[in-house]
Formats: sequence, structure tokens, C-alpha cells
Amino acid sequence: MSEQQVKKPRRPMSKSLIMVRQQLADLYKEAQEAKARGEKIGWSASIFPQELCETLGIVVVYPENHSAGIAARHQAEPYLQRAEGEQEYNNDLCSYAKINLAYIESRDLPEHNMPMPDFLLCANNICNQVTKWYENLSRKYDIPLFMLDMSFNHQNFVTPSREKYIRAQMDDIIEQLEKLTGKKFDQDRFREIMEISTENKDLWIKANELLTNIPAPLNGFELFNYMSAMVCCRGRRSTTEIMKQLISEIEEHIKNGTSTYQGEQKYRVYWEGIACWPHVSHNLKIMRKLGMNMVVTAYVRAWALDYIPGDLDSLARAYTFNASNNTPIETFVERRSRDLIKFNCDGMIYHLNRSCKVMDMQQAEVQRQIQAKTGVPFVSFDGDQSDFRNYSEAQFETRMEAFAELMDEFKATKKNKEAQK
Amino acid sequence: MANLEERLNEVKLIAKGPKAQFKKYIAAGKKVMGCFPMYVPEVIAHAAGMVPMGMWGAQTEQKLSKLYLPAFACPLMQSNMELGLRGTYEGMTAVMIPTMCDTFRCVSQNWKSGVKIPTISFSFPQNRKLEASVEFLETEYNYVKERIEEILGTKITDEALEKSVKIYNEHAKLMMKFADLVPDHLDVITPTVRHWVMKSAMFVDKTEHIEIMKDIIAGLEARPAYNWTGKRVVLTGITAEPESFLQIFEDNGLAVVADDLGQEMRQYRTLIPDEGKTVMERIARQWNKRFACPLAHDEKFSRGDHLLDLCAKTKATGVVVCLMKFCDPEEYDFPLYNKQLREAGIPSLSLDVDQQPTNYDQARTRLQAFAEIL
Repeated sequence: MSEQQVKKPRRPMSKSLIMVRQQLADLYKEAQEAKARGEKIGWSASIFPQELCETLGIVVVYPENHSAGIAARHQAEPYLQRAEGEQEYNNDLCSYAKINLAYIESRDLPEHNMPMPDFLLCANNICNQVTKWYENLSRKYDIPLFMLDMSFNHQNFVTPSREKYIRAQMDDIIEQLEKLTGKKFDQDRFREIMEISTENKDLWIKANELLTNIPAPLNGFELFNYMSAMVCCRGRRSTTEIMKQLISEIEEHIKNGTSTYQGEQKYRVYWEGIACWPHVSHNLKIMRKLGMNMVVTAYVRAWALDYIPGDLDSLARAYTFNASNNTPIETFVERRSRDLIKFNCDGMIYHLNRSCKVMDMQQAEVQRQIQAKTGVPFVSFDGDQSDFRNYSEAQFETRMEAFAELMDEFKATKKNKEAQK
Repeated sequence: MANLEERLNEVKLIAKGPKAQFKKYIAAGKKVMGCFPMYVPEVIAHAAGMVPMGMWGAQTEQKLSKLYLPAFACPLMQSNMELGLRGTYEGMTAVMIPTMCDTFRCVSQNWKSGVKIPTISFSFPQNRKLEASVEFLETEYNYVKERIEEILGTKITDEALEKSVKIYNEHAKLMMKFADLVPDHLDVITPTVRHWVMKSAMFVDKTEHIEIMKDIIAGLEARPAYNWTGKRVVLTGITAEPESFLQIFEDNGLAVVADDLGQEMRQYRTLIPDEGKTVMERIARQWNKRFACPLAHDEKFSRGDHLLDLCAKTKATGVVVCLMKFCDPEEYDFPLYNKQLREAGIPSLSLDVDQQPTNYDQARTRLQAFAEIL
């Protein structure tokens, strides 16, 4: 910023945001300290059942969250270059993976370092690339990999054989973690962790659903800020406190008729896909200019796992079926169509995320089916969750301008229909 | 018994004209099961009296597939979608689609949304060291069996399965035998001919292909070993096609002495084992025994070792990586085995494989240079 420019006063950070940032910093500190004490620490895929390590009191950190942070802070370039250069990884691969596979070689971010893992927890309910990524970490550094294969559900329910297979794997992983760390898996503690996680899940859903209010009390992009609590710490009391604080702040806005969204909310939109971390501020700038507020996204809700505390089988079912990436298209479409109506959306924005094939390869068909079901207009743009190179500001702006016109038409038609009733 | 030359000519025609094979079977009243890559349990369809046929795309323009897939989708999956939407597979009774990678998950959903041919989807377990994975896959395969029975309105008996398992194992053994003989007969088994032999197996009922292979093997065994003085390479990847791609090897005096290709020996190098309480359990256990494949999770990485073994066994001095564009499982393996090859002093060359009509000028230049350093 040039010296001539006058800095706009920034809105003070909300208490819940301060809390969630502190929680993440504490987690990394905790991991470093545990490692220094000689304890075993793990790296985990983002929708692996955290309940297992939380019960055992083992500290776990999350490379996907870490890579997203690197990208959001605009630090990704040297890692992407190293991965695609000397490490020989193809440009086609997931940028979270590439950043992490390069990062582990140097671990050179003093403020945000993850200690070297002693074991890896891999769950493929999010994608298959995570399996390959973790295989490479495991092989290169000779780190044990505990695989939890969630098996893609090609039916609209979890088959009993899937549940049994996943349960058997969880039992095996618990046993192996006990052996590796010398810690004992306590059933009472496990139940307690599941209860805390369930409470956090309920609070997270509540916070999300407060955005059904019109106008929405929050700039929906702010929900992304709280994801670290749900991804990395959803079995912890600190998350309960954060969620309660967030809800009280949102409720305060509702009571006062205010919102953290600045300006008129002309359009309520659904965001499909991971955030475009390196360009969130540009996304936001354009959307705000046009009066669009993201009021709902399936992405942040992927961590709202619904199970019966104390019931391992229900935990297995929840983890294989909650992530839309692991369900058949009918379920995928049904969930989104339901939310489009519930949140009274005027449109749906699809992020064609160059890194995430499982989110891209059926997107065109998903768009057709959801539009046929709901009539809600949509737009898509090319982006990437953490590779800043795969995004064009001009394309995003042009697409959003055209999208606003589509939404105007949709709203006018809807209004006419309602008037005729 | 046909002679070697006749049989090699036959496999060429089959490999180059799967449509004619398809029409022949349909005209004979046979039901055809389309088999997406890789490792789908063909043997179950075979036991139902069907003819399983491989679906590995084609060199074709992508038009309709663009309605479903972005440009960075695996070309093989793009081609299969394109041909499915275009109606090329009309007449097939059903297709089996496994969900082995991210693109596969979505293509199984796209296919059932856009193509009228019934889809039979199932998942392979990736935690293959656990016994529970065998029981899981057995259940998945029983689901496949029930779907076939439902579509055909017949029952698949254990006896029929046992019989088909024998046929499939006999066929796989013959393919292994052929692969072993190739390095001694590089005068007749050029890279293209080798590919035709491998590819033809996907479009012929295995009972028939067994007879073809027996004649080819007998024909080769009757010939003296040929002293090949050119260079020898091993291929790795998903496919090494089209013919014009393999022709470059021939033009540069490069013999393909072994392969680790999804479309070729990866399919045949693992038999259906004898152990198992039921025949379906035996079929399921084959998956757990597959090795060095980027689509099957392993605790230890064995692909580099496997490539080095192949090189040692066949006296190959280089490895050509036939990298299917946008195939992430293959792309993740590359840095690992490439490092192993480098450390062992085996040069490698990575070439992009596509299914769009394309010229291979760049591959030609790079292969020429590669041949010189071998």
C-alpha cells in the first residue's frame, strides 16, 4: 500500500474470531510441546474420526488445514515450485498435497510449523488423492500410515458390510495406536469425546442455520474462519466455547437487525466447493460490490458428523456418508437442493476447483440436476483451493456480473409467481 | 491348430476392430458385459454366460463428453463417456464400473445419469491387509452377481463360477507365459504385435483366447531364440496406445520386453488364488494379492522394485513411462519409482499418453534421444 493511501479503520475482530485463532495457535504449540516431550504426534486427513486420538490424548495436526493456511497467507509459491520442480510432482495434482509434500522437507514457517509426524491417519472419504499423498509421506519418511478406507458409497445408504468393514478398521487402528503410543483407550472417555463432538456439531449447525434469517446476520464467508475449530478440534470443549460465543454474536446481530455483511444484501447465494483460499479477498470484494452474500455452503457442514455417542457403528456410518464426496449423486443433489430452498437462495456459485477432481468431475451433471429440481440459477468459475495461479480475477468478475443478471430474472419470476398465488 | 502367423494376424484384426467382435457376439445371441478398467470381476459375468469386453476408450474427438467432464479429466474416462453418450456401446447388456480413483467415483455417477446401459458400480477395499476387507469385497461381488442375475433373469451357480475361475486362471497363466517368451522373439514380437496380443484378450471370450494363446506360444517355442541386438525397454503406466505411438519404438530400434501397464500385464500377473471357503471369497482374494499398482493401496511401495525386477529379468536398460494425462494415481507414484530407477542406474523417459487424435512428433524426438543414451 502506498503512503498516500489512507488506511480504512478495520472493524474490530469479534471475540469468537480471536478465540478460534488462539485455539489453532494453541494446537500447533501443543503439538510442538508434545513432540519435544517425546510423545508421538500424528498428521491426519481432515475427516478422519478425530474421536480416536482425542480419546487417547494424542495430539494430531491437519495438513489440509495447514496447506490452506499457507495459501491464504500467500506463502504457497516456493512450495509449489519445489514440488513441481525438484520433487517431480505433476502440475495436475492437488495443491494441498503438493504444498505439504514440499513443506515437510523444510518445515520453515516458524509461526506455523507442524512437527514431523510419528504416524499418519488417512481417511479417503474426502478423496482418493489423499491416500496417494499420505502414501508418499509414509514411504519417503518411513512413517507408519493407518489407513481408514471409507469405501465410496454407490448406494443411497451405508451397506451393512461397509459398516462392518469400517468398524473392523477402526478397532484395528485403536489397537495399533495403543501399541505405538503406550496409551490406553478408555471407553468412558471415548463416550465423553463423542458427546462433546456431538454438542459441537449441533452448535455448528445452529450457527450455520442462523443465516436462514433475512437479511443474513453474517457475511457468510466468515464461516470459513471457524472451520479450523471443526476440522482440528471438534472433540474439544474449547470449540464448544467458540461456537457458543459465535452464536451469541450472531443472535445479537439478529436482535439488532444488523449484519457483519457491509452493504445491501441483494442476493443470497450458495457456495459449492472449497474456498479459493489465495483469492478469498477478491471473491469477497466482487461479491460485495454486486450485493451477493454467501449464506450457505455444504463445505463447512462436511464436519457436522451425526452419530450416537457411544455407538462405534454409528460413528463408522457417519464418517463414510457425511462427506458428499463419498456419496452417490442422488444424495449429493438432494442435500444441496434442500439447502437452496431452506436458505432461500437466489443462486448457486460452483467453484471448479482445479485441485479437487472429485468435486469437478460430476459438477456439470450436478448443476443440471439441481437446477431441474429447484430452478435456482447457477454460475461456475475456475479456481483452486490453494494454487494462486489457477484463478483469473477478470473471469470471476465477469461471471459474477452476468450471474447477478440471471438472479435478477429468477427473483422477478419468483415474485410474479408469488403475486399470482 | 493355426500357425503363428495366422494367429498374429487374427489378434491384430481383433485388437483393431473390437466393434466387429462385439457385433459377432451379439449376432450369435450372446450378452456382452462392458468392463471399465481395472480389475472388474469379469469372471462373474463370464459365469453367467456373458462375454466380458474391455472398455479402455479410443482415439476419438471429445464432443458429448464435454457436457459431463472438464478438459482436465482422464482421457480414457472422457473417451468412455463420449462413446457411451454417442451410442457406440448400444447393445451392451450392462457395464461394470469400479470406483478406484476420484475421476472414477464421478464417472460412475455420470454414466448412470447420462447413458442408458445399466451400470453396476462397486468399490474395491483399499485396506487390503485386513481380513475384513476380503469379506467386504465378497459382499460387493455378491452384489455384482445379484445385479447380473436380476438383469439376465438367470442364476449364476457356484459350479459355473468355479469353471470360469479355471478358465480365467488358465488364460492368465498363458499371458504370463507369452510375456516370458517375448524377450527371446523380438524379431516377430515387435512392440505393436505384443500390444495386439495383449489387447485382443479384452475383446474375445477367454475360452477362445486360450486357444489363440496356445497357438502363439507353440509357434514361438518352435522358433529358435532370436539374438536381438537393439535396445530393450520396459513400459509402465495405464496404456501404451495408439499404434502410431508404439511405431516410434520400432522406428528407433527399441524393443518392448516387458510391461507394467494397466491394460496389459497388470491384469494377468495375479491369479485367482486357491484359498477361500467359497468361490466368491477366492475371487475376492485376488484383489488383495495384486501388487505394484497405483490403484491398490499398499503399506510398502513395491512398484520401483517390480520395475527393477522386470528390467533385470528381461535385460532391459531403460523404462518408458507412458503417463496417461491427468491420471493422478500414476502421477503420485512417478517421483518414487523414478528415484529408485535413477539410483539403480536405469534411465527413464516419461511421455504423455492421450486419447485425442494427436501426432506424436514430440514423443518421437524424445524417444530418439532416449534410444541414443541407452
